[in-house]
Amino acid sequence: MVPENLYYTKEHEWVLLQNGKAKIGITDHAQKQLGDVVYVELPAVGAQLKQMSSCGIIESVKAVSEIYSPLSGKVKTSNIALSDHPEKVNHSPFGEGWMFELEEIQESELKNLLSAQSYRELIGNES
Amino acid sequence: MPEPLIFEKSSPERKGYLFPSLDVPIFENSLSSEAAREDLPLPELSELDVVRHFTRLSQENFSIDTHFYPLGSCTMKYNPKIHDELASLSGFSDLHPFQPEDQVQGALEIMFQLQNLLAEITGMDSISLEPAAGAHGEFTGLLMVQAYFKDKKESRRQVLVPDSSHGTNPATAAMAGYEVVQIPSNSRGGVELESLKQSLSENVAALMLTNPNTLGLFDENILEITRLVHEKGGILYYDGANLNPILGIARPGDFGFDVVHVNLHKTFTIPHGGGGPGAGPVGVKKFLEPYLPVPIVKKKKNSGQEWYYLDDHYPKSIGKIKAYYGNFLHLVRGLAYILSQGAEGLKRIAELSVLNANYMKEALKKYYDLPYDRMCQHEFVLSAKKQKAYGVKASDIAKRLLDYGFHPPTIYFPLIVEEALMIEPTETESREMLDKFIRAMIQIAEEAEKNPSLVKGAPYTTPISRVDEVLAARKPNLCWC
Repeated sequence: MVPENLYYTKEHEWVLLQNGKAKIGITDHAQKQLGDVVYVELPAVGAQLKQMSSCGIIESVKAVSEIYSPLSGKVKTSNIALSDHPEKVNHSPFGEGWMFELEEIQESELKNLLSAQSYRELIGNES
Repeated sequence: MPEPLIFEKSSPERKGYLFPSLDVPIFENSLSSEAAREDLPLPELSELDVVRHFTRLSQENFSIDTHFYPLGSCTMKYNPKIHDELASLSGFSDLHPFQPEDQVQGALEIMFQLQNLLAEITGMDSISLEPAAGAHGEFTGLLMVQAYFKDKKESRRQVLVPDSSHGTNPATAAMAGYEVVQIPSNSRGGVELESLKQSLSENVAALMLTNPNTLGLFDENILEITRLVHEKGGILYYDGANLNPILGIARPGDFGFDVVHVNLHKTFTIPHGGGGPGAGPVGVKKFLEPYLPVPIVKKKKNSGQEWYYLDDHYPKSIGKIKAYYGNFLHLVRGLAYILSQGAEGLKRIAELSVLNANYMKEALKKYYDLPYDRMCQHEFVLSAKKQKAYGVKASDIAKRLLDYGFHPPTIYFPLIVEEALMIEPTETESREMLDKFIRAMIQIAEEAEKNPSLVKGAPYTTPISRVDEVLAARKPNLCWC
């Protein structure tokens, strides 16, 4: 499952642009690779992030991985529900499992991200 | 039936001791009533209950003394029992760290010899025996790197690590306050040179590298890598986790590394884990010597006699990083191992560890996906990709191996291999044992195809089968209550 309306990173994050803000999470492919997510650490609200800088941690029973910010910007909100219910990342990676929202983003950076088509190719046409 | 918890075996008022009747006045308890707990639920058992409990638990252990233990990246080789015998000699085990030098000449000589031998083995100029583990050694190494640049009045903020690195490398760099920059691997499993070049700058303090790396592959570009980093004034850090297959054959110092740590508990047969201490000596090239942690053992002539002493006159030292002088009894074990093998023996260890790994790799690659198919060193990484098509994951295969009487390999590491199974046989296993393991792996591959639910339900022969790892991680309950 790779929704058409999103941008993607090689590190398996997705970006949804909404009213000049960017909502971010990890892809369905990423959650499948990780297995059951048991812990998520998100960037602090107000933090200034640089594009593709490491800004959080996601831990599954298999491994601990980093979350990269697909864009530069300021963290507006983060999904605090994930601290009690990290399983939302598995159940609904593009919905309730979203991670954080950035404001003050630069649209020019979008060219560094992947389209749904390119992301599908990256993960080997898994749909 | 699994052995119950010791709390479950408890019975009120049962005791494992009997004090003689009191022949002194009763001491008035000076603790306030809030400070004294009434409800401390300590188990109440007889001595026999306790002995049986822990003996049974010990019999449920999977250990190198009972089972083949091909845990990749950990070098679970046999730990010769003579080392324990030597370490328990009272001349070593009863020493006090504050004893004067003239009473501990033998102990100091052991440390001095080990320093020299490790320096020779790694191609370094000086060794500190203090660090108590590999990651402790890494941290010590990076603190020295930091002290060196501070001394040179250079501000360098980044440490480079390949994406195949041990997790301790980026963790150590972050702990030391550096920004971690990850370098991708190339199609042969080595460091991607173009990315390395792009990431190098005057802001890079060090590159931390394991060679052979966690794929068990020797980086053929190692001389080019060290040259590139040095060209920009950076330091080369060698993670000695995988030193075993190059012992006596190649030396990190000759590749161009400036700082090295070795794991006595991997390469030099001191016991792993069990909560016990390890030992991660650190070696440096001459220009980093002033920053070594103190003290270093030295030798001088004292009225015609050889005299060993502790030298802490290192004004630029990063200071002490562990109480006293490292885990001394482990140093005894490590030295005993090196001396008993000798130079030829160490070389033979390296050769056999490589031979064993390649033997298994070649036998298994028909049945499991081998993402980097080339001559490996002491270990190799398979992928359970083929088996995943039948719904069987690397973790299922690992658990099924328990039923065949083997400790599982390392799984899901390195992170760059999907469904990774990282297998390191070590040099101490016989060909018969390797064949037995190969047969088990082939059989599990067949089971995965024909009867996947059998593998997914494993293990069946252990006291406890599958535990709920997800629940344990999400809602950990560490209390008996």
